Amino acid sequence: MPKIIIDGAEFEVADGITLIQACEEAGVEIPRFCYHERLSIAGNCRMCLVEVAGMPKPVASCALGVNDLRPGPNGEPPQIITKSETVRRAREGVMEFLLINHPLDCPICDQGGECDLQDQAMVYGVDGSRFAENKRAVEDKYIGPLIKTIMTRCIHCTRCVRFMAEVAGVDELGMTGRGEDVEITTYLERGMMSELSGNVIDLCPVGALTAKPYAFAARPWELRKTESIDVMDAMGCNIRIDTRGREVMRILPRNHDDINEEWISDKTRFIWDGLRTQRLDQPYIRKSGKLRPATWDEAFAAIANKMKRAKGSRIAAIAGDLAGAEEMFALKGLMTQLGSPNIDCRQDGSAINASKGRGAYLFNSRLAGIDEADALLLIGCNPRTEAAVLNARIRVRWRTGALKVGVIGQEADLTYDYEYIGAGPLSLAEVANARHRFAKVLKSAKRPMLILGSAALARRDSGAVMTLAAKLAAGTGMVSDEWNGFNVLHHAASRVAGLDIGFLPAKGGLNTTRILKAAKAGKLDVVYLLGADEIDMESLGRTFVIYQGSHGDAGAHRADVILPGAAYTEKSALYVNTEGRPQITERAVFPPGDAREDWTILRALSAILGQPLPYDSLAGIRSAIYVTHPHLTQIDEVMSGARLDLNKLARGSTRIGKQPFSPAVDDFYLSNPIARASAVMGELSALMANGATGATGTDG
Amino acid sequence: MLKDEDRIFRNLYGYEDPGLKGAKKRGAWDGTRKFLQKGRDWVIDEIKSSGLRGRGGAGFPTGLKWSFMPKIPDGRPHYLVVNADESEPGTCKDREIMRHDPHLLIEGCLIAGFAMGANTGYIYIRGEFIRERERLQAAIDEAYDAKLIGKNNKHDWDFDLYLHHGAGAYICGEETALLESLEGKKGQPRLKPPFPANVGLYGAPTTVNNVETIAVVPDILRRGASWFAGLGRPNNTGTKLFSISGHVNRPCNVEEEMGIPLKELLDRHAGGVRGGWDNLLTVIPGGSSVRCLPSDMCQNLYMDFDTLSALKSGLGTAAVIVMDKSTDIIRAIARLAYFYKHESCGQCTPCREGTGWMYRVLDRMARGEAHKREIDMLLEVTYQVEGHTICALGDAAAWPVQGLITHFRHVIEERIDQYSANSKPEGAVREPAAAE
Amino acid sequence: MSVRRLDPIQPENFKFSAANMRWAKTQVKKYPKGKQASAVIPLLWRAQEQHGGWLPEPALRTVAEMLDMSFIRVYEIATFYTMFNLSPVGKYFVQLCGTTPCWLRGADDLKAVCRRVIGAQNQVSEDGLLSWLEVECLAACANAPMVQINEDYYEDLSAESFEKLLDDLREGRAVKPGPQNGRQFSCPEGGPTTLLNGAGSSKAKLSTKTKSKANTLKSVRKKKSAPAKG
Repeated sequence: MPKIIIDGAEFEVADGITLIQACEEAGVEIPRFCYHERLSIAGNCRMCLVEVAGMPKPVASCALGVNDLRPGPNGEPPQIITKSETVRRAREGVMEFLLINHPLDCPICDQGGECDLQDQAMVYGVDGSRFAENKRAVEDKYIGPLIKTIMTRCIHCTRCVRFMAEVAGVDELGMTGRGEDVEITTYLERGMMSELSGNVIDLCPVGALTAKPYAFAARPWELRKTESIDVMDAMGCNIRIDTRGREVMRILPRNHDDINEEWISDKTRFIWDGLRTQRLDQPYIRKSGKLRPATWDEAFAAIANKMKRAKGSRIAAIAGDLAGAEEMFALKGLMTQLGSPNIDCRQDGSAINASKGRGAYLFNSRLAGIDEADALLLIGCNPRTEAAVLNARIRVRWRTGALKVGVIGQEADLTYDYEYIGAGPLSLAEVANARHRFAKVLKSAKRPMLILGSAALARRDSGAVMTLAAKLAAGTGMVSDEWNGFNVLHHAASRVAGLDIGFLPAKGGLNTTRILKAAKAGKLDVVYLLGADEIDMESLGRTFVIYQGSHGDAGAHRADVILPGAAYTEKSALYVNTEGRPQITERAVFPPGDAREDWTILRALSAILGQPLPYDSLAGIRSAIYVTHPHLTQIDEVMSGARLDLNKLARGSTRIGKQPFSPAVDDFYLSNPIARASAVMGELSALMANGATGATGTDG
Repeated sequence: MLKDEDRIFRNLYGYEDPGLKGAKKRGAWDGTRKFLQKGRDWVIDEIKSSGLRGRGGAGFPTGLKWSFMPKIPDGRPHYLVVNADESEPGTCKDREIMRHDPHLLIEGCLIAGFAMGANTGYIYIRGEFIRERERLQAAIDEAYDAKLIGKNNKHDWDFDLYLHHGAGAYICGEETALLESLEGKKGQPRLKPPFPANVGLYGAPTTVNNVETIAVVPDILRRGASWFAGLGRPNNTGTKLFSISGHVNRPCNVEEEMGIPLKELLDRHAGGVRGGWDNLLTVIPGGSSVRCLPSDMCQNLYMDFDTLSALKSGLGTAAVIVMDKSTDIIRAIARLAYFYKHESCGQCTPCREGTGWMYRVLDRMARGEAHKREIDMLLEVTYQVEGHTICALGDAAAWPVQGLITHFRHVIEERIDQYSANSKPEGAVREPAAAE
Repeated sequence: MSVRRLDPIQPENFKFSAANMRWAKTQVKKYPKGKQASAVIPLLWRAQEQHGGWLPEPALRTVAEMLDMSFIRVYEIATFYTMFNLSPVGKYFVQLCGTTPCWLRGADDLKAVCRRVIGAQNQVSEDGLLSWLEVECLAACANAPMVQINEDYYEDLSAESFEKLLDDLREGRAVKPGPQNGRQFSCPEGGPTTLLNGAGSSKAKLSTKTKSKANTLKSVRKKKSAPAKG
C-alpha cells in the first residue's frame, strides 16, 4: 500500500492504481474526458494534468501509476499537487484548445445539460474567445441507425473507439487521418454490427454521438428519473427510466458492478418506442370471431362465465417471459384455489425445474464470477444474443488472456476466440467423459465454469443434457467450497422467480407442452396466458383463451378475452435474475388507458370468481410472497450456498439425441412482444439480417 | 578542424564503394568478433566512457540507455530498433550513412544488439528513402551472405536484421510512435511509463537508437572510448555529422568535432554565410525543433548539446539552418509551424488544436494581418502546448515560435504596422506560407 | 494536410500479382508469429506501386484480409500516412519539398514552375504524365531545393533546371537523379573540404590515440580563425 501526499494530506492508496484513481479515493476531483475506468488508458485529452513534485512537466494523472512515483529526497512520500497555479493554467489551456474548434451550438445540442465539456467549461473555461480563425467543420458520419453523429462537436477522446474495440469486440470504429483533421468513423460509413453500440452515446463526453431515436425529444432537466430493472433478458441489468408526463423518453444504464457494470444492450436502451405502440389499453372480448372493446366488468363477466363452469383440471395457465413474481404468485394462488394443477412458467417447454435444488437452475458463479474464471465451456448457449452484456464481460475477461473458451452448440461470432467442440450433445458427452482435450483445459483450470443455455434444457433430451453437464462439472472440479462454476443462463426475465415461487405444474399437473397438447385435443376449457406470446397459438385449438398482457402480440390475437396489463416500466414488480438475485422494478409511468398493474387484475378477477386472494395491496402480496419464499426479501443479494448436488444431478438419464443445440434467441432484436412492437428494433433486425452496410433511408 | 584520421564516416560523399568490400577497406567489420568476446558489460562500459550521446536529437547518453535493458531475460525477446525515420527539417545526415556507408550501421547494429541481448533488430527507414532503402537492403544482404550477421554467423551472436519502412509521417521519428508504426498501427506516441526498455516493440524490452548513434559504435570500440572522449568538449564528446542548409554559399553535410564553433563550421565547410558573416540574420542550430538564435548570439557559438541548451536552443540533430538578412523570418517560422500542424498525429489535444492555431496566427502575422496583442497571445498559446502533450512534438512545435517572438518581435510589429498603414484594402498581402 | 478521403471513383477489385503475392509472404516473415500486422505499410505500399501510384479501396480490404486486420484499422493507416495517395496521380508524381530549408533556397520558384507546367496541386495533367504535391521535409536539406519524382530525388534545382527536368520526363528523355548542378551528393559544391587525400581508404591512417581535452579545446579555438577553404 503506497503512501502519497495529495494536496498536502497523506493517503495510503491501493497498490497499482493510477493517480487519478488515488485522487478520487482521496476525494479530490480531477477533470477528465478520455479517461474511463472500464476502458484502456489513452491519456490523450490532457485534461487530468496534475503536478508531481520533482517532475519538470505536469503529468496526465490517468496514465501514471502510484507505483511509478519515486519518494522524495528524504524518503518522504511522493507529492501530488492538483490545485496549483501550474495545474490550473494547464487545464485552462487544454480547455481552451478543446473549445476553439467546438461549435457553440449548445442550445440545439442533445447533450446540453449533461455534457462533460459544458460542465467542465464552467470551471476551467473563460468567458471570451481569443481564437480569431475559422472554426473547423467536420462532416457527419453514418455509423448505424441508433447513433446520431454531429462530428464537429467531437473532441477526439476515442472513448467510443476503445469501447467498440475492447468491450463490444466489434472492431469497426476508428480515428482516421491525422492532426487536426482526425475523424471518428466506421469503414466507409458502414453501420456498426453490434448489439452494444448504444453505449458509445453514454461514453461520448460531448454531443458528437447522441441517440438518434431520442433526437430533439427532451432536455435532461425536464425528465423524471426512475431507477429500475431491465427485463429484456434474465440478467436484470440496472437501468434508469427517464420519463416526461406519461411517456418513457429514454432508458439509460445504471452502474452495477456485479451485473451490467455500466453497459446495456441496444435492445434494453432503445426498446422504449415499443412501449408506446401496439398497447393493450382496454379489455377486449371476442364476439363473432372479432375482438371488440369491452369494459372490465364485461371482460371479467365473460371470464367468470367460462371459469365457473370449468373443472379445475380443465383450466391451465402459462406465464410469459416478462411476468413479474407478483402476478405469477397471484395467478398461481388463483389457479390453486380453482383446483387447477396445470400451471407453467416455462413457455419454451424447458424441463428445468426446482426439484433438484435451486443451485441446479442458477448462474452459481455469479455474473461477476466471469472476471475470475480461467476456463469456460458454453453449452447450447449464445451469450451474445441471450445476454449481450454478459457476453461483453466474457470478452473483456478473454482479452486479458486469462480465459480459455470452448463452445458446444452454434458456431457463432461471439467477439472472442474459442475452441469449437461440436454442435450437439454428442460433443458434450465427449467432454463429460474426458474424451475431448477441452476437458483437460477445464480440469487444469483454477476457476473453470460452464454455462448451460436455456435452449439446451428445452429439448427432448434435456434431462440427459443436464446429467452430462453435471457429470462434466463434477469431473472437472467445477464445484468446490469456494467456487461454483456450474451455471445456467436463462433468457426469460421471469424464469428464476417462476421457478422460485413454483409456478410449475403441481402434482398431476400439465406442463406447457402437455397443456398445448391437451388444448389441441379439446381436453381443456380455459387457458390463461399471462403475457405468454412465444407458444404455438395454433395448438390452443378451440380452447377459451384469456390473454393478460401489455402488447397486442401473438397471444392477444388468439385471445377470447384480453385483460390489459402493465409493462415493466409501469409497475413495481419483483424479478429474480439468472444468478438468483431478486430486484424490483419501479413504476416510471402509469399503464396506458384502462390497463392495470397485473397482480391487481388477478386480485380483482379472483373476487369475481368468488375466490378472493388474501391480499389487497402491493405490500400485502409482497408479504405473502416473502412468507413462503423468504430468500426473496434479500433485494439485490444473491443467497450463497444454493443447494446443488452434482452427484445426484449426474445420476439421471444420459440418453442424448443427435439434434444439434439451437440458440434460445432467433432474432436478438425481436425476442419479446415489446421488442416486436418497436419500430427501432424492427429496423435493427432488418439491418442485421441483410448484414447491412451503408446508410439507409431512415438515417437522419 | 577535425583531422581526417579522426573521421568515422570516410565515405560520406559516396566517392568510394559503399559495399562490403569498400567498407572493409575503410576498416569496417574489423575486430568485431573480438569486441563481442569481451562481453556485454565491456561494450556498454566502453560506450559509457566514450561519452557518446544520442545523435537523434535528445542527446541522451547511449551507454546508459543500453544499460536500462533488463539484464536477466524473462522469456521475452529483446529488440534493437534503429530510428532511420530521418525527417527533422534541416537534417539529412543519416541518409548519407545509409547509402554511402551502410556497413558501419549494420556492424553497429550487431554490436548494439549484442550489448542489449537482442537477437533481432529492425531498422525503420522513412518511406521516401526508396533508393536508400535499396542500398541498405543490399548491404544487409551482403552481410548475411558473408555470415557477418544472421543465424550462426562469424560473430557467435545470432542476429537477424530487418529493414522496415514507413510511409510519410514525421511523428514516427518519435521512438514510441515508431514502435506503434512498426507494429502496424498509426504512428501515435505511447504514454510513458512504461518505457521501451521495459515494454517496447511487441511488448518486449526494446531500445531505439538513431542511425548515426549506432553507426559510430564500431569505431568507438575499434579506436577506444578514450579516443572518442578526447574529441569535442566535456560531456559533449566525439565527432558529429552536421547538415548545413539554407543561406550559405555551399550547403553540405560534414563530419566535424563536437563543439566546433558555428562560424568555423560554416566558413570552413559551407563557404560561409551568403553575403558574408555580417549578412547573417539567424541560425536554427539543431533542426527545426529548436529555438533560432539571432546573429549576435552566433558569434562565439560552440556547437554542442550543453552550450546550445544553455541558450534555450539545442544541438538537436546538428542540422544548421542558416538564414541571411534577406529572409522573411516570420514566413520561415510560419512554414515550420505549418510543418508541425501537418505532422501532428492528432492524438492529444494541445498539439492537435494548438499547432493549427499557431500556424494560422503566424500566417496572418506574415502578412501583417494581426493585432500586436496577438503576439503575446501567440506566445501564451505556445506555452499552453509546451510540456502538456504526450510526446515532444508539442514542444518542438512551440519552440520555433517562441524563438521567433523572443528574438524577432520587432519584425512582427513592423509587419503589422506596415499592413495597418497600407491604404489598399488588401494590406501588405503576401502569399500564404504553404500551399494547402 | 487536409481531410484525406478515398477517391469517389474506385475499381471493382484489387488483386496482387503473383510476384507481389510471393513477395508479401516474405515480408510477413520478417515479423514474429502473430505480428503480421507489422507488414501493413509495406503491403499497402506495394499495392500502391502495383496500382499505378495510388491506393484503391479494394486494396485496403485485400491487405486487411491478408494480415487478419479489421478494415477500419487499415483505413486508419491509409489515411494517416501521407505517402499513400488516395486518388490517382500522374505517371511522374512530383513531390515538392516546401519546408523551410527548401523554401529558403527557392522552393517557391519550383512551385511556380509546377503551377505553370503541370497545373494545380493534386491535379493530374491532361496527358496523365504529371501531377504534383507540396510535401514536408524529405531530408535532403543540404541539396535544397529538391523534389522527389516517383522513387528518385532530384536535388539542387533551379526553376530552369526543374522545368527542363519536367520537360524531359514529359518527352520521355532520360533524366539523371540526384543533384542537378553537377555536385557530388551532399559534398560542398566545388569539392570536398575534408578527406582531401583519400584518407577514407586507408586503415593505417586511423587515429586511435587519446588527446587530452584541453588540447582539443585549444586546437578548436586556434582553428576558429582559420580561413575557409576555397
